[in-house]
Amino acid sequence: MYKVKVFVTLKNGVLDPQGKAVKGALHSMEYTAVHDVRIGKYMELEIEQLDNIEKTVEEMCHRLLTNPVMEDYRYEVEEVITP
Amino acid sequence: MSLLLEPNTTKIKEEKLYREMGLSDEEFSKIEELLGRVPNYTETGLFSVMWSEHCSYKTSKPILKKFPTKGDRVLQGPGEGAGIVDINDGQAVVFKIESHNHPSAIEPYQGAATGVGGIIRDVFSMGARPIALLNSLRFGKLDNPRVKYLFEEVVAGIAGYGNCIGIPTVGGEIQFDDCYKGNPLVNAMCVGLINHEDIQKGQAKGIGNTVMYVGASTGRDGIHGATFASDELTDVSDEDRPAVQVGDPFMEKLLMEACLELIKSDALVGIQDMGAAGLTSSASEMASKAGTGIELNLDEVPQRELNMTPYEMMLSESQERMLVVIKKGREQEVVDLFKNYDLEAKSVGVVTDNQRFRLFHKGEVVADVPVDALAEDAPVYYMPSKEPAYFKEMQELEIAIPQVSNYNEMLLKLLTQPTIASKEWVYNQYDYMIRTNTVVAPGSDAAVLRIRGTNKALAMTTDCNSRYLYLDPETGGKIAVAEAARNIVCSGGEPLAITDGINFGNPEKPEIFWQLEKATDGMSEACERLQTPVIGGNVSLYNETNGKAIYPTPIVGMVGLVHDVEHITTQSFKDVGDLIYVIGETKPEFGGSELQQIVDGDYSGKAPTIDLQVEAKRQKQLLEAIQANAVASAHDLSEGGFAVALAECLMGTSSLGAYVQVTGEEVSALFSETQSRFVVSVSPNKKEAFEQKVKEAICIGHVTNNGLITIINENGNPLVEMNVSEMNKAWKGAIPCLLKSEA
Amino acid sequence: MKFAVVVFPGSNCDIDMFHAVQDGLGEEVEYVSHTTTDLTGYDAILLPGGFSYGDYLRTGAIAQFSPIMAAVKEAVEQGKPILGVCNGFQILLESGILPGAMKRNEHLKFLCQNVQLKVVNNESMFTSRYEKEEIITIPIAHGEGNYDCDQETLDQLKKNNQILFQYEGVNPNGSKENIAGIMNKSGNVLGMMPHPERAVDSLLGCADGLRLFQSILTYWREKHVITS
Repeated sequence: MYKVKVFVTLKNGVLDPQGKAVKGALHSMEYTAVHDVRIGKYMELEIEQLDNIEKTVEEMCHRLLTNPVMEDYRYEVEEVITP
Repeated sequence: MSLLLEPNTTKIKEEKLYREMGLSDEEFSKIEELLGRVPNYTETGLFSVMWSEHCSYKTSKPILKKFPTKGDRVLQGPGEGAGIVDINDGQAVVFKIESHNHPSAIEPYQGAATGVGGIIRDVFSMGARPIALLNSLRFGKLDNPRVKYLFEEVVAGIAGYGNCIGIPTVGGEIQFDDCYKGNPLVNAMCVGLINHEDIQKGQAKGIGNTVMYVGASTGRDGIHGATFASDELTDVSDEDRPAVQVGDPFMEKLLMEACLELIKSDALVGIQDMGAAGLTSSASEMASKAGTGIELNLDEVPQRELNMTPYEMMLSESQERMLVVIKKGREQEVVDLFKNYDLEAKSVGVVTDNQRFRLFHKGEVVADVPVDALAEDAPVYYMPSKEPAYFKEMQELEIAIPQVSNYNEMLLKLLTQPTIASKEWVYNQYDYMIRTNTVVAPGSDAAVLRIRGTNKALAMTTDCNSRYLYLDPETGGKIAVAEAARNIVCSGGEPLAITDGINFGNPEKPEIFWQLEKATDGMSEACERLQTPVIGGNVSLYNETNGKAIYPTPIVGMVGLVHDVEHITTQSFKDVGDLIYVIGETKPEFGGSELQQIVDGDYSGKAPTIDLQVEAKRQKQLLEAIQANAVASAHDLSEGGFAVALAECLMGTSSLGAYVQVTGEEVSALFSETQSRFVVSVSPNKKEAFEQKVKEAICIGHVTNNGLITIINENGNPLVEMNVSEMNKAWKGAIPCLLKSEA
Repeated sequence: MKFAVVVFPGSNCDIDMFHAVQDGLGEEVEYVSHTTTDLTGYDAILLPGGFSYGDYLRTGAIAQFSPIMAAVKEAVEQGKPILGVCNGFQILLESGILPGAMKRNEHLKFLCQNVQLKVVNNESMFTSRYEKEEIITIPIAHGEGNYDCDQETLDQLKKNNQILFQYEGVNPNGSKENIAGIMNKSGNVLGMMPHPERAVDSLLGCADGLRLFQSILTYWREKHVITS
């Protein structure tokens, strides 16, 4: 078994309304040191033993987990030893 | 791209770099001629977006000129953000439809959402309070996973934006056909309400006045969106386009409220949305319309990203931005007003008297072109037109009545076709009741909203059966307008005017241009006859995937005035014992029909015919009967013919049924799509009043309380006999069921 | 009686709430900006629906830090009637004035339609004009109305008769125990997902929501007579 952690973020330059609103709120709460906020998604996938796990994850990211037109992603693969 | 890396004039010309921006060699020569020199990179960019079809209508202009645009009630025709029609008592209705097809094909949620955002800005830029949204959508068939994804995301995007900004989405229509598989259509319409004295124009008047930028800051998003919209979609579109804008409905809500407060101030001179081609089109058009010039200091433009070049700033299509012209010396008031909404208003330029569009960046002039060269001098093309071979073939086909063996089964099947099936799955995702004015919610012929504080209401609808337009663009164009008007009349409204969302293939192909010509000819004639002038709209061409065009789809958005809320009528039968009438005779017409699609798997033959004189007369008589309170329910006959219309009158009623008799050839009587027909129910005590108003109406039966739909033939034999609740279940469940099934 | 309708950036049912009081109930009502810090001049506080701060991050999460919320908490302590509808309910949850939390609808979609509610408790200042167990029709319009709380909170809500409305028939969002509206233990704060302010005019199809506002008025009048 693998545990795959996928981090999805908006591409540079793509507007992040949510991040902007949160930044505004933090500023109004006087956390003025906050220069920028960008919000993304975090996903955990448990995947069975596969020959080419990287390729499969890339493919899933490209086809479903992200929209490559506006999102970037990175991922970490951990092997999970089941007792 | 940094400024230093931008190609110089020699390179632009010699390497023909302007071609990548969508300009032709001839167009580039014309620009050189207009300027008396070779344009620099920024200037080439300005021309490329302003001379795109999306901004200049260079190929559709000769066609659009044919539309009747004048009428007693028209206060503002095409040319401004949106058209305006008088509705008495010093009030007016403002409305416009706009397409966002290409962005929606690439990123359906954001594409649809920003389409909604853009059309809302067009309406409040006129000074009007947006009161309702509608849409018109086209997708491929729902048996394809990509189509399902596009459909679900487009609906979610429309809902996401409209619900958040708090404008009810009250109506629309959806058609599913193979030709839209790779090129869905997403057309959004916004309706606003205004008092005459508040009407604004997008003009940069008054030399020395200040140009201010309000709303969201500028990023690199959507650069060349306008050019992109004027291009065909190919398979590489997915990878190739970084041009997706993200909508921020929260920002737009604040911007809308701030702008609606600003229009009450006499400091405001002109206001315009930064839509397609962003800062370039808003600034140059405002100057061009006022006969002035504009100077902008780009260093003052609020920027979301670092190191933006003039080219990028001028071509950015970042959303939720407006340009306003303010009387000199009154800038601080505007800054303060926007600050109350947590928004920034910034002085970025000045109105000049030299009719030039001049841009400064870091102390240098980076563009200097005549204003009219961008807006007025855009080329106009008279494209060659040729009747396609298929048209003649279709016209020569004999009338064929499809074979139907079991009428019950066929009716049930028709009711579960996605184009006919209940759209509840869609409209339940839209907040259609917010602002509490929606009297007739989605699901009837037209949506109706009361106007608070008056006795009036507005009826609104979008319509276009593109299958008829494919078979016969001229007839189909007439039908699109007539059907919209029928929907308004059935709801108790007097049709006022239309906005047109013209969606076609590549006009450089003579056969496509011929479709465009014929369709608009038909629409113009219908608009004349039904007295519904065209007050604005939008043109979206190049809707093709890998060289294959969509059906001609000129969507008609129509608004009607209900003079008294008492006149509001819906399609549902009301009471047991009410008499059921049909207005209009039936002919065997199946070209482009839903039945033909089921039986043949394709569309062929002639589109249904339409006589606009007959249409106008029937609409007038029915409206008079409704206004005399002689009608309990009214519904027009459209896709699926009489049987489907009758079934629709029973949907959602509790335990009502119908018992009716039809005459003539059975398949036609049940399923033909002959035009200009209505099914109406009338309370027995209004029988005489109704028959006097609508002399050609024929009583065919009555409303029962047995929960059954029964249609018998002239010999008394049952053709259709079915449980309404069973029908209702199939009709409502069809779309959710298709979405759930594995493709 | 004088009502306040609190307007947060992004509120959009404020106008409906305003008209429900002014036209439906016929009482005095004013919009109050989220920057206001004083609500002493008002007899009841209405937190309307909408998308305060775009509903970004979590629904109601950012609005709870608005300047006006301190004054709202004061009004809660003073026992004034406080009604939060939809986003207003979500803000009351995020700010801890009411117990529990809101999750996305079970089916993950925004849903706008009329629903049937059962009046579980008609002995509150918000429901006295309804019959006990009466079934009423009120519209919903939300994407996050799936009320959730732990077992202990639920037991408390039941024990203290804090559940005022439950969905009847179909549960439209997956909400725990079909909960549509709850009040605080002292009985002066009601949070509900359905929109009573949209159901005050039979021209628009339904007027069952009006009696909720009438109940508040009845309570205030009775109290007013006793204390004055």
